[in-house]
Amino acid sequence: MRLREIKEILKAKVLVGEELLDREIYYACGSDLLSDVLAFAKEHALLLTGLTNAQVIRTAEMIDLLGIVFVRGKKPETATVELASLKKIPLLSTHLPMYESCGRLYLKGLRGCSELSDA
Amino acid sequence: MPEENPLVEMEREIVGGDFQRAGDVSSELKNILQQAGFPAPFNRRVVIASYEAEMNVVIHAYRGIFRVQIYSDRVHIEVDDEGPGIPDLELAFQEGYSTAPPHIREMGFGAGYGLSNMKKCSDRLHIDTRVEEGTRVIMDFFLPSFMKG
Repeated sequence: MRLREIKEILKAKVLVGEELLDREIYYACGSDLLSDVLAFAKEHALLLTGLTNAQVIRTAEMIDLLGIVFVRGKKPETATVELASLKKIPLLSTHLPMYESCGRLYLKGLRGCSELSDA
Repeated sequence: MPEENPLVEMEREIVGGDFQRAGDVSSELKNILQQAGFPAPFNRRVVIASYEAEMNVVIHAYRGIFRVQIYSDRVHIEVDDEGPGIPDLELAFQEGYSTAPPHIREMGFGAGYGLSNMKKCSDRLHIDTRVEEGTRVIMDFFLPSFMKG
């Protein structure tokens, strides 16, 4: 599923990385625990989170995540957006809460990271 | 056995409490590993462990020195910090155990999975710690022979 489609499904705004919306996303995970993301997220996945600090971008950079969606209408501070721009990590923001954001994407066929092996 | 010279050596300072720069060292290491042509799955475990170790210094210590030596078939990392040390190492390795204050948890860290992530990602992990002095973390990563170019 392309990031562009994810943006439509979640009625999300693009905070940075408009030019990267053609990225193909195969997996997603939703978490507010960065050590869990490091341990369990697969590379080339999308992260949905309620965290908006710079460490979210760092975490995404370390494990090659393809994009981040901030849920519940959260917006990061400018320094976080700048870091994401530098690292070429697109940032989206949706007003939907975590459960509904994940649920809508899953219904449309976006799989979870633990399902990687049986894809 | 003669000691092989490292291909790359790097030494960086980590400042405790500096969350703006936290991750810089591991980001630099990731770029070096990529440029050196190591395979992505290997780089991923080195970088996850390195980032957790770096975050531990930023979260818990006053300052630290991060040293890495990259050889053709392995990576050696040592992180030395001046800080509170770890009073009960066995407890610290328990998943979910953490002494991180609430403001760290609000950032999404300090959930008590850092050390276990480091252990899972490295091939050898050794920790020396002295209470009220500091902690030294030594990690080794061996490139599996099937990944060697």
